[in-house]
Amino acid sequence: MTFRRYLVLGVITLTASCGDTFLSRGMKSIGPVSLAHPGELIHAIFSPWVASGIVLLIGFFASYLTALSWADLTYVLPASSLGYVIMTLLARFWLHEHVSPTRWLGVVFITAGVGFVTRGPSYTDHSGGGPAEQHIAVPVETPEEVRQ
Amino acid sequence: MIAAIVVTATAGDILTASAMRQVGDLDVIRERSGILGAAAAVVSNGRFGLGVVCLALSFFSLLFAFSHRDLSLIGPAATSLTFVTNALAAKWFLHEHVDRRRWTAAIFVCVGVALLAF
Repeated sequence: MTFRRYLVLGVITLTASCGDTFLSRGMKSIGPVSLAHPGELIHAIFSPWVASGIVLLIGFFASYLTALSWADLTYVLPASSLGYVIMTLLARFWLHEHVSPTRWLGVVFITAGVGFVTRGPSYTDHSGGGPAEQHIAVPVETPEEVRQ
Repeated sequence: MIAAIVVTATAGDILTASAMRQVGDLDVIRERSGILGAAAAVVSNGRFGLGVVCLALSFFSLLFAFSHRDLSLIGPAATSLTFVTNALAAKWFLHEHVDRRRWTAAIFVCVGVALLAF
């Protein structure tokens, strides 16, 4: 894992959490949408907060796919779960929602899970001989790669 | 209802991950063929298309479930269970090395997401 790849994981985390938060902020300012008037949803897409949220979520999907091209799914999903933590922080300090102690405990569990997975290898290399489960490739960064 | 969300979301994630593994390192492709080349490589992969269809089905299953049950039940239940099913499916179908560390991480995140409901 290079610094650039950790940056991609960071982008996944930030765009997912901010995208959902912007969508929530935008839809709350529009108010409840009735199923009898689904056209209101089309109108909602053009509101600034919702449009920004959609752009961020497109960015999330692009960076998520990029990460999956060089890391395992079971690495990327937990590693990017800090988005739930950021979403909780945004909900509390920006949207002024009430966050219970149990939810803060959930934040602790998620953070611990992220810590666990990011300390291990990110990719299962199937190109070597023998069972895939026994072979874990961890790219070794040469000083030249680190300087780049 | 929750099972439908979890199964389709897991199928979508597995198919998408499998497609990206088939396509290869996007950073390398982007250096060689630019962003459009990378996008074309992804979009032209059949498994990616199927994965997107499954993710779309999961999204509509979620909307259907929300119309019948509370968000506070459906959201965390579906999301947290998906972490565990993804780990199982990745081990069986993608042959990823899911060691004790990754199981622990999946379970911790699963419990953490479920606690966010309270």
